[in-house]
Amino acid sequence: MAKHNISFKLNGQQVNALVESRELLVHVIREQCGQTGTHIGCETSHCGVCTVDLNGESVKSCTVLAVQADGSEVMTVEGLAQNGVLHAVQEAFMQEHGLQCGFCTPGMLIRAYRFLQENPNPTEEEIRWGLSGNLCRCTGYQNIIKAVKVAAEKMQSV
Amino acid sequence: MATTAEDLAREDKLQGLGCSRKRKEDPRFIQGKGTYVDDVKLPGMLFADMVRSPYAHARIKSINKDKALALPGVHAVLTAADLKPLNLHWMPTLAGDVQAVLADEKVHLQYQEVAVVIADDRYIAADAVELVEVEYEPLPVLVDPHKALDDDAPILREDIKDKDNAGQGPRKHPNHIFSWEVGEQEATSRAFDEAEVVVKEEIYYPRVHPSPLETCGCVASFDKVKGSLMVYITSQAPHIVRTVVSMLSGLPESKVRIISPDIGGGFGNKVGIYPGYVTAIVASIVLGRPVKWVEDRMEHLSTTAWARDYYMTGELAADKNGRIKGLRVNVLADHGAFNSHAQPTKWPAGFFSICTGSYDIPVAYVKVDGVYTNKAPGGVAYRCSFRVTEAVYVIERMMDVLAQKLGIDRMELRMRNFVKPEQFPYHTALGWELDSGDYHTALTKVLKAVDYEGLIKEQAEKRSKGELMGIGVTTFTEVVGAGPSRNCDILGVGMFDSAEIRVHPTGSVIARMGTISQGQGHQTTYAQIIASELGIPSDEIQIEEGDTDTAPYGLGTYGSRSTPVGGAATAMAARKIHDKARKIAAHLLEASENDLEWDIDRFKVKGVPGAEKTMKEIAWAAYNRPPEGLEPGLEAVNYYDPPNFTYPFGAYLCVVDIDKYTGEVKVRRFYALDDCGTRINPMIIEGQIHGGLNEGFAVAMGQELPFDAEGNILGNTFMDYFIPTTMETPHWETDYTVTPSPHHPLGAKGVAESPHVGSIPCFTSAVVNAFAHKGVTHMNMPHTSFRVWQKIHELSLDKRE
Ligand code: FES
Ligand code: FES
Repeated sequence: MAKHNISFKLNGQQVNALVESRELLVHVIREQCGQTGTHIGCETSHCGVCTVDLNGESVKSCTVLAVQADGSEVMTVEGLAQNGVLHAVQEAFMQEHGLQCGFCTPGMLIRAYRFLQENPNPTEEEIRWGLSGNLCRCTGYQNIIKAVKVAAEKMQSV
Repeated sequence: MATTAEDLAREDKLQGLGCSRKRKEDPRFIQGKGTYVDDVKLPGMLFADMVRSPYAHARIKSINKDKALALPGVHAVLTAADLKPLNLHWMPTLAGDVQAVLADEKVHLQYQEVAVVIADDRYIAADAVELVEVEYEPLPVLVDPHKALDDDAPILREDIKDKDNAGQGPRKHPNHIFSWEVGEQEATSRAFDEAEVVVKEEIYYPRVHPSPLETCGCVASFDKVKGSLMVYITSQAPHIVRTVVSMLSGLPESKVRIISPDIGGGFGNKVGIYPGYVTAIVASIVLGRPVKWVEDRMEHLSTTAWARDYYMTGELAADKNGRIKGLRVNVLADHGAFNSHAQPTKWPAGFFSICTGSYDIPVAYVKVDGVYTNKAPGGVAYRCSFRVTEAVYVIERMMDVLAQKLGIDRMELRMRNFVKPEQFPYHTALGWELDSGDYHTALTKVLKAVDYEGLIKEQAEKRSKGELMGIGVTTFTEVVGAGPSRNCDILGVGMFDSAEIRVHPTGSVIARMGTISQGQGHQTTYAQIIASELGIPSDEIQIEEGDTDTAPYGLGTYGSRSTPVGGAATAMAARKIHDKARKIAAHLLEASENDLEWDIDRFKVKGVPGAEKTMKEIAWAAYNRPPEGLEPGLEAVNYYDPPNFTYPFGAYLCVVDIDKYTGEVKVRRFYALDDCGTRINPMIIEGQIHGGLNEGFAVAMGQELPFDAEGNILGNTFMDYFIPTTMETPHWETDYTVTPSPHHPLGAKGVAESPHVGSIPCFTSAVVNAFAHKGVTHMNMPHTSFRVWQKIHELSLDKRE
């Protein structure tokens, strides 16, 4: 199986990896780079627990080939906090009880992070639409939606 | 009782019972620092992957592993023939049956495990799976459980075909598993013969899957030198896993360490033992290296524990005023190819006999027959306590049907039949002792909150305009907290639970429980219980669960048993410490124990201001100068065997609008009032209720695992299997009353499952009610747009003027 040297920025750090053509980005992030915050729930683009930020867009890393990330900038949940300070979406999820088992949480957070860049002042309907690619089995979504709203307000006020 | 501002501040600092304390689990999860099974990486770890059957029923003629073994990076390919010498090709199920670990001569369901491949990484393992050549001879397939007991039905379980008992009592056909009956058959028949009104309804509860977002998996690591085994596993019951692994492997239980790390949701799916776990363990023992097995979503939906699949015939007998005289329910239960539902041993239909619900029903009779079919084994408690969901569904549906027949308002009919507050403890016709309840108050509160009268008026107006609006109701009673060990055990182990609490010299605490959180927030709430009992701030109390080397033995977390059983054990262990602390305080204060009073976080000598010792001071003394005759140290263990179950209840109301051209059901309003007794952390309770309601919504509106005539499963991806997104999920309104349990040390009853159990019939009630004026009495789930549209169309309600 052909192997490729790829290099990309993961949460601000340059990483190099030797990958097979067929290797999925999520596996490289989790297994080669050791950043296991990004999860796997379906491998078919349905659940969103593998969501990462790729060059400023939310993607489901279970259906992105690692080679596609060559030369790109990838951000995962591990990259949200800066210098030990939590991001507003992280704070808000904790504050509003937006998580239970925590399995969907990294994908939710990284999606919420990008969504609030795209739409800094969303309505509830817009939040629902914006997060509709991320499943959660535990929370019934209500507190997640509330958390995104609260994060938006917090980010607006600074 | 705190009175002064200073007292209040002291009490607040504890963050004890009743406080919406923020969760202690969250910091690691929001930073991607949780440790789930798939995050575990051990040196030299190999990967396991399964060869699975494409057929639902077939004989295995040959298996050729040569090509797979020749692939570089493949370490082993194991089949039933390899496991046979170890006697591990079959394993016991929690229900007294056996299940093939790897298919032994034949396969009984599609996707059944046929061989396991062990390789350097998951890619090579997947390649090797493709290279294993299996030759099958297809056999006739049994899909419809109604045909299971026919004379000419294909016999599925050849391994037990001559046995007249498959672990749960006598059976009457090779495809029969058990007959279970409870209640008084003759007296019930009499009640029906004499009744003024009788109603009967055929109700199917479809096969659904709990589908937590994390699939099942494990990492098994056998240390050849020490002869010890460590397994990280997605289990809701790690201690039971340890016992079973020890029994299967012959390793002493003390050399088996099971760790349930963070678990990405369970909902009843992660109670049983799966072939993947067993094969990973065997492979690790054989190869002497750590082996990881993590299934994918399709494997998860196809083969791991599903729930329900009950064909229920419900009957109610009543007088003209709607007073119920009798209940009869007959059930045909499809258990799949192996009986591996996870019920307490003596309960082949779980707690289904709670189906008299919240009502004062003089006599009842229930019969359940379980049969084998060529489908995945299961029948677990999907966010419920052992078949309670089915029980609540049948009685709540029948209440609606009876109301409709009598022309009595559904709320009124319930009010007339509720067990009255003064009747508690109430003994049901089928043998339960309902501990406490106030059903009238709960329903009255809900009707007022939603302006029921107004809704009825609005509905009448809408109906006159040809629009479809439905109002749904349920007033359910759950039974949770399994359970008293005199009648509840799993594999002979009583269903108690445990807590061990240690107070360190400086007054901080570590406590370990036999339960295991899968999102319920135990680290947060157990600490609150201890905080209130011992007067030590929650933040100084560390909670640990899930490691069998350190935690006391417990039966785990499912059936809403953590608070009723584990929570009780925690309170009782804390009270032991409290008692000892009182002795130490008396010694330190040179007073008699009787002269002491407890005040939030300290003992005071009654009537002597300033003569007091805080729990922290007492802790130091416990390690430093305990009174003569008292052991040093301050710790306690409690194994709590509950005297009874707890019976949370609730009243739910749902309003739907249905598009008569598309069949789309819009949930306009959902109002859920829950009574779970004493409330430990209202924020967490509300979160659990939201989640349970959403899972109920999923079941009612879209989930099912259908099969075609060949036994091919048709719903095993997230493309086909409905998981509501933010877009479909309604807005939830929650409310509560508090009726403490009289026998639980804290008065708490458990909550996480009520919203699932209670909401499902409520959605059906609403959908059916939209058609009630057309004479419709029941519609089977799932209420998808297409199915609802079919009803609309059948009734010609979609005619355009
Ligand atoms: S794992 Fe990528 S969407 Fe589910
Ligand atoms: S918190 Fe468990 S899946 Fe969302």
